[in-house]
Amino acid sequence: MMYNKTIAELSAGLKAGDFSSVELTQTYLERINTLDEQLNSFITVTPERALEQAKEADVQRAAGHAGLLNGIPLAQKDIFCTKGVKTSCGSKMLDPFISPYDATTIMKFNDSGAVMLGKTNMDEFAMGSSNETSWYGPVKNPWNLDAVPGGSSGGSAAAVAARLTPAATGTDTGGSIRQPASFCGITGLKPTYGRVSRYGMIAFASSLDQAGPMTRTAEDAALMLNVMAGLDKRDSTSVDEAVPDYTAHLNDGIEGLKIGLPKEFFSEGLDDAVAKVIESAIKEYEKMGAVIKEISLPTSKLAVPTYYIIAPSECSSNLSRMDGVRYGYRCDDPKDLNDLYIRSRGEGFGPETKRRILVGTYALSEGFYDAYYVKAQKTRRLISNDFHQAFDEVDVIMGPAAPSTAFNIGELTDDPITMYLSDIYTIAVNLAGLPGMSIPAGFAKNMPVGLQLIGQHFAESKLLNVAHQFQKQTDWHLKLPESFK
Amino acid sequence: MQWEVVIGLEIHVQLSTKSKIFSGASTAYGAEPNTQACTVDLGLPGVLPVFNGEALKKSVMFGLAIGAQINERSVFDRKNYFYPDSPKAYQISQLYYPIVGEGHIDIDMEDGSQKRIGVTRAHMEEDAGKSLHENFQNQTGIDLNRAGTPLLEIVSEPDMRSAKEAVAYMRKIHSIVRYLGVSDGNMQEGSFRCDANVSLRPKGQEEFGMRAELKNINSFRFVEKAINVEIERQMDILESGGTVIQETRLYDSEKNETRSMRSKEEANDYRYFPDPDLLPIVISAEEIEAIKQTLPEMPDAKCDRYMAQLGLSEKDAKALTVDRDMADYYEQVQLSINDAKMAANWILGDVSAMNNKNGLEFKDCPVNAMQLTGLLKRIKDSTISGKIAKEVFEAIYSGEGTGDESDADAIIDKKGLKQITDTGAIESIIDDVIANNPGQVAEFQSGKDKLIGFFVGQVMKASKGKANPGQVNQLLMKKLKP
Repeated sequence: MMYNKTIAELSAGLKAGDFSSVELTQTYLERINTLDEQLNSFITVTPERALEQAKEADVQRAAGHAGLLNGIPLAQKDIFCTKGVKTSCGSKMLDPFISPYDATTIMKFNDSGAVMLGKTNMDEFAMGSSNETSWYGPVKNPWNLDAVPGGSSGGSAAAVAARLTPAATGTDTGGSIRQPASFCGITGLKPTYGRVSRYGMIAFASSLDQAGPMTRTAEDAALMLNVMAGLDKRDSTSVDEAVPDYTAHLNDGIEGLKIGLPKEFFSEGLDDAVAKVIESAIKEYEKMGAVIKEISLPTSKLAVPTYYIIAPSECSSNLSRMDGVRYGYRCDDPKDLNDLYIRSRGEGFGPETKRRILVGTYALSEGFYDAYYVKAQKTRRLISNDFHQAFDEVDVIMGPAAPSTAFNIGELTDDPITMYLSDIYTIAVNLAGLPGMSIPAGFAKNMPVGLQLIGQHFAESKLLNVAHQFQKQTDWHLKLPESFK
Repeated sequence: MQWEVVIGLEIHVQLSTKSKIFSGASTAYGAEPNTQACTVDLGLPGVLPVFNGEALKKSVMFGLAIGAQINERSVFDRKNYFYPDSPKAYQISQLYYPIVGEGHIDIDMEDGSQKRIGVTRAHMEEDAGKSLHENFQNQTGIDLNRAGTPLLEIVSEPDMRSAKEAVAYMRKIHSIVRYLGVSDGNMQEGSFRCDANVSLRPKGQEEFGMRAELKNINSFRFVEKAINVEIERQMDILESGGTVIQETRLYDSEKNETRSMRSKEEANDYRYFPDPDLLPIVISAEEIEAIKQTLPEMPDAKCDRYMAQLGLSEKDAKALTVDRDMADYYEQVQLSINDAKMAANWILGDVSAMNNKNGLEFKDCPVNAMQLTGLLKRIKDSTISGKIAKEVFEAIYSGEGTGDESDADAIIDKKGLKQITDTGAIESIIDDVIANNPGQVAEFQSGKDKLIGFFVGQVMKASKGKANPGQVNQLLMKKLKP
């Protein structure tokens, strides 16, 4: 079945001439057309553009210019500015926004010959853990249409899990790649902060945002990251660190690998069934010769409150440019300038976005700045130090990606705090700027569970290697939801 | 009650970089609206700022020139506020860690003494766009060409005690930035703008009075007037037992009054925090030292040198060194004619007078240093008199000549202005004058010495000004009092 192949397999098929990029693209467009009604995973589908790109990819291949992603259909999270295409960021505010320029990530995929199928649904401005804050409606989890796919990259996760696209991009500010990857049973990688350019990626929290691949397998994630990673002169926070071939070490053995299990990740709040899946995954690693060690990340319990000062503070400033003046939503008949601002923003932003803008505005206010923002930055340093100390003893840290499996749509919408806690294991990684992954590790109550892998700065190759070795021994990542077969 | 005036200035200087401080768009002045605003300047979703290192270099030059601490690590902060000409709804500035720390400059007081004015800090930031209220009925036009132009905001200590001191300080800063070439200092185009904090306190009291901030005053003259009317306003309030409130006020140059813009309560809470899109700016001691080596001679040092080496008076030396263009011009002429005094007299006299008359700055003077050199050489070798030289100068000023040193010669030749030094020719003119004025000759010979002036005048007139005045004098005396 063409749609059930990985990028690596499709790339081989294209190379062998088993099918063309146009045929492949048509297959996925057809699946999106017939199946996405159930999922709502795409905000915009771009069939004409996709087929044009596919045609061009086939021409390039015939001319002998084809890289590994040439002709591969992909979906892009609707947070990446895409020239000539609506770039909504899941918000009514940017519903009218057709980007006049391409994000660096979009440009890089265009240059690689990849085909863009469309733009995936997401929580509004990437603020959410369930994809319910999207102005375009919630995304459904392909494993259970009553459940959320996670968020904020829920559209990308659902689309990959349902095989509406071989892979997609996501962005991760506090877990927005790893948590939906866990909920939907796919592989998601959040690279080191600064590894992938943020240029053209609509900012939520600038010091935390990082783009990464959402794929079926670790191998595919490596192929995607090969394209995405690298210094970008237009992003001052991107890092001038050589980009290795991320596929080069996938098959290295992991005997003697030291795995740290933070005891804080296995304490109260963790669903028992999820804990069991994680424990058996760890046993699998032991079988492969890894050494398990309990570690402690004592300040990680401060990660959620720290994050909910820093991220809203940054977002309150980042979203100020959506003022109804130059682009995006503008209210009807503004009386004066203040009315234009107040109603455009009041009508254009959804409740979760407003909540975070308010929290951030408050935290940065005169008289509160030191008590909140400055203190949160100090805590952030402590959290980061915990990880650095841990990495003196272990190579990789592992634990659950989320405390539970996917919850039901509507279940937590009135309980933002519990909703925020669904990112409890992922947030600290963003605060420390470290790379993290979620890989399918099994099922609890018929819903997927993700194992989180955390590495040192720029240790993406190591994480991909460790993930790939697991995927060679297990078949959780091959599972396909019944109704999408 | 005796009141003491306390003034502090915040001067915004546009740094003369080719491109903007955080984008590649041009900073050139006067383009069609919004033609020099790129995706970054427009504040589109997803765009990011990238710092222009030229702005750093120019800021460091300024800091070094005022003897200030240069901070090896400085940080950009966001200043959040909504306004249509601020496209991101925040301005990138430096609040907590500015590039330039404490420094100072010395200003000249009217009594000839000097006063030291402290500079608290100077920080880099981006300029906003412009809101255009004319030509748009019931609407406001937004021009973002200026958005992102690099600014250096120079904040003084509240060390000034009169409007005159404030102007002297402002002029000194203007002179420094022009000398350094870090800004064109063009006030009409808004490259150099000033906010003034003004307060009054009873003489002898240490505690400051409540201050008002006067916004965006764009000429030296207006700074003085604005501060003076504000002092009067505050004095009236205080004298009548009232209290001054802290507020931002706008100076209306047409009505010569200040009026309230917003009170402290209405002031924005800017919610400053470090901009996460930009890394801290780090500059090493070695890099700072390298920039130091590129600093030109500054006005005070130049002034001292003109006095010590060239023997100029303090007054002339100061006047010549305020404007770097004038000083450069002076040095070129002075070196070529090797006459410091003559060059100074001409440049401060005729050349400046003509420029003032035509409303030109020195850099736009139509007579270049080579042309003036050519002219002054002809005075020194007695080819022409000083008086004829003025005529030649005016001809060059009005555009005759090609811009070369030989222009003066060509004009002298063409107009036949060469001085008459032939004794026989002068004597024959003198003989005519004596023959035509027997009465005056008799008076002179009977002791009315003053009449020599009359005879000289007559001879010069008869020679159309070309006779050598020294020779005329000498020969007249010989003939009248043998």
